[in-house]
Amino acid sequence: MDRGRRVINTMIRKSFLGLALLVFAGVARADWALNMPRGVTELSAETYDLHMLIFWVCVGIGVVVFGVMIYSLIMHRQSKGAKAADFSHSTTAEVVWTAIPCVILLLMAIPAAETMIKLEDSRDPDMSIVITGYQWKWHYRYQNEDVGFYSNLAEESVKARRLDSGIDPFTVDNYLLDVDEPMVVPVGAKVRLLITANDVLHSWWVPELAIKKDAIPGIINETWFRAEQVGTYRGKCTELCGKDHGYMPVVVEVVEPDAYQAWLDTRTGAEQRYANNESTATPEATLAAGE
Amino acid sequence: MASTVADAIKEHDDHHGPAKGIKRWLFTTNHKDIGTLYLIFSLVMFFIGGAMALVIRTELMQPGLQFVHPEFFNSMTTMHALIMVFGAVMPAFVGLANWMIPMMIGAPDMALPRMNNWSFWILPVAFGILLSTLFMPGGAPAGGWTMYPPLILQTGDAFPFLIFSVHLMGLSSIMGAINIIVTILNMRAPKMSLLQMPIFVWMWLITAYLLIAVMPVLAGAVTMLLTDQFFGTSFFQAAGGGDPVMFQHIFWFFGHPEVYIMILPAFGVISEIIPTFARKPLFGHDSMVYAGSSIAFLSFIVWAHHMFTVGMPLSGQLFFMFATMLIAVPTGVKVFNWVGTMWKGSMTFETPMLFSLAFVFLFTIGGFSGLMLAITAADIQYHDTYFVVAHFHYVLVPGSIFALMAGAYYWLPKWTGYMYNETAGKWHFWTSTIFVNLTFFPMHFVGLAGMPRRIPDYSTQFADFNMMASIGAIGFGLSQLIFVYVLLTAKKGEKATDVVWDNPVGLEWTVPSPAPYHTFDTPPGEDVIRSHSHSSH
Repeated sequence: MDRGRRVINTMIRKSFLGLALLVFAGVARADWALNMPRGVTELSAETYDLHMLIFWVCVGIGVVVFGVMIYSLIMHRQSKGAKAADFSHSTTAEVVWTAIPCVILLLMAIPAAETMIKLEDSRDPDMSIVITGYQWKWHYRYQNEDVGFYSNLAEESVKARRLDSGIDPFTVDNYLLDVDEPMVVPVGAKVRLLITANDVLHSWWVPELAIKKDAIPGIINETWFRAEQVGTYRGKCTELCGKDHGYMPVVVEVVEPDAYQAWLDTRTGAEQRYANNESTATPEATLAAGE
Repeated sequence: MASTVADAIKEHDDHHGPAKGIKRWLFTTNHKDIGTLYLIFSLVMFFIGGAMALVIRTELMQPGLQFVHPEFFNSMTTMHALIMVFGAVMPAFVGLANWMIPMMIGAPDMALPRMNNWSFWILPVAFGILLSTLFMPGGAPAGGWTMYPPLILQTGDAFPFLIFSVHLMGLSSIMGAINIIVTILNMRAPKMSLLQMPIFVWMWLITAYLLIAVMPVLAGAVTMLLTDQFFGTSFFQAAGGGDPVMFQHIFWFFGHPEVYIMILPAFGVISEIIPTFARKPLFGHDSMVYAGSSIAFLSFIVWAHHMFTVGMPLSGQLFFMFATMLIAVPTGVKVFNWVGTMWKGSMTFETPMLFSLAFVFLFTIGGFSGLMLAITAADIQYHDTYFVVAHFHYVLVPGSIFALMAGAYYWLPKWTGYMYNETAGKWHFWTSTIFVNLTFFPMHFVGLAGMPRRIPDYSTQFADFNMMASIGAIGFGLSQLIFVYVLLTAKKGEKATDVVWDNPVGLEWTVPSPAPYHTFDTPPGEDVIRSHSHSSH
């Protein structure tokens, strides 16, 4: 009952917030719940700026077009005694409203193309990770390191997500956004991702890194990022991949280089030991046991 | 002149009335009967697809799984889309085309009446097959309406039935399109020039060519899926040397023109209605034709903007971005022309006009998000999120569906001979408009904030907007019952006059209301055509 009321209250609050965003989207902060995040890479910030730029262009055009239309709807109505004119074309007007959008689009195309060119430049990476999508988990393999592991939906979410689980998702931390084993990368390093899949299509997305790339069986897709801030960044699979498509999140931990090295040391060889049956425990359990 | 033609028609009608009972509908070759069949069929599909949408929205009302399993949820999203696209929107426009095109061009019927009957009666079979998959082992198709392999190959027993029903839908569409083209080009009143044709007829002519061009492409794509599954080919299977991405290219080469197939006839409807209620000729009649043609041409060279995340070469991404942005120009021309038609008019706001105005506003909002989606770098963030869901529902629901509603209200008195219930119509309009925005506007926010589409459950920060969308969806669904009420009481109102509205333009208004079973046994003369065209030619 209480929760119902809370939901309704926040609903009302959010709907006002939503309306406010319509008008003030520019000043609204990069709120995870309302707008695209600005992210933590140079390119995610550029993407965000492009998004806001085209948004404002649309708002501008909208204000003009809807403004004229609303004015006409108010002034040119029969109930106000308006008499219909009978013009049916105006070459000048038509040339103007064909030319102006062309110019706007041309101006818009330049920064949009510049960002694309940077986005595709994955030369000279500091490190490479092979990401493989499976139904329904991710596998990460660090190239030139003996590190590889699966990343599954965290246990707490697994329990809560079942039909009629009786667990309120609001009580679960990072519901559907947590994994047992995150991908860990050092801050400031240029990380090249080689993305593929082993069964059906998947898509690896982390909004804060502005990376979304399809994982396709038989094809290795390449992309890159350089995270500029330490933190935990969460994303999701974004290509329909079967019944548990909604349950294969992505978590990227960006850490200081020292912490990364320490993490790497603990993980090295773990998967191999597991594969060789040296331990019946999972790599994680092995790790926990301090082996 | 008009009344003598009408009298002659009435007299003729006495000799050749429709057959009685079920046979009338099964064996009919009359364009008006077939139009009615199409429209009723599409309304039934609209409610079935709508019920599926409500299953989706009910499950998404709150985070956590409350009502359905994820597999069934995926079946619902897949079937909802297939039914709405191929069962509701497309047949509804074909229904309008059947009813109105012969009357608008002064033709006695469609050019190929028996094929017309067949085009329609294939559809109930196709959708009977598609809906029967809900009861098959493995459930209904759950791989999305886009049917991307390899996932779609994991469909259970439903798989071949899905392919077969898509083949049948394509067959129906192609035959319908051929019929429309032949009718327009061969059956048009001899004195009517191409540019004198109403914009609705023009937009359908263009649409029909799009259909003929792309439906075979879809048929080819799904046939390759079929042989991949059952006959050992590897068109799309990486393990056999195939390429899953090739399917996406082929599918969207069909799929992008397909979205214009669903919107160009809507442009046509709106272009008929706004001049009537603004009491002014359509602004830029000819540029409407050129804009529609440009949109159709561009629709063939933008398909890969649905695939910016598959890993295309940079040059490909840039090409598809620029080509996509270009579409904004002719689309903008259309919107400006509608506003230009309203400008200095003498407007009244009957239900068809209200739906048309909402169309212009809300379709334009869908156009704006479309322009945003064209920007490749930003699209990479938007792709496959609720932002896209918001975008295409804005162009399809307050876009195509509102245009269909507008058209239905506009021509209903011509069809039935009675005025519909205007109060109920206005209620239908206002509730639909409020709820459609409540449903789809919040989806922009959750999409931008990171909620992927096609998921049965979501993380908690999206809860409030999803609740709003679900409430909106239920309200929108219930609002459509008012439309059913309007239809059921359609013959209870005042008798409609022959012109129905205040001096509307179009040959359909020169025949009596209700339109007799056979119209234009003799083609209209030059003067009638000239006085009933928005064109200055």
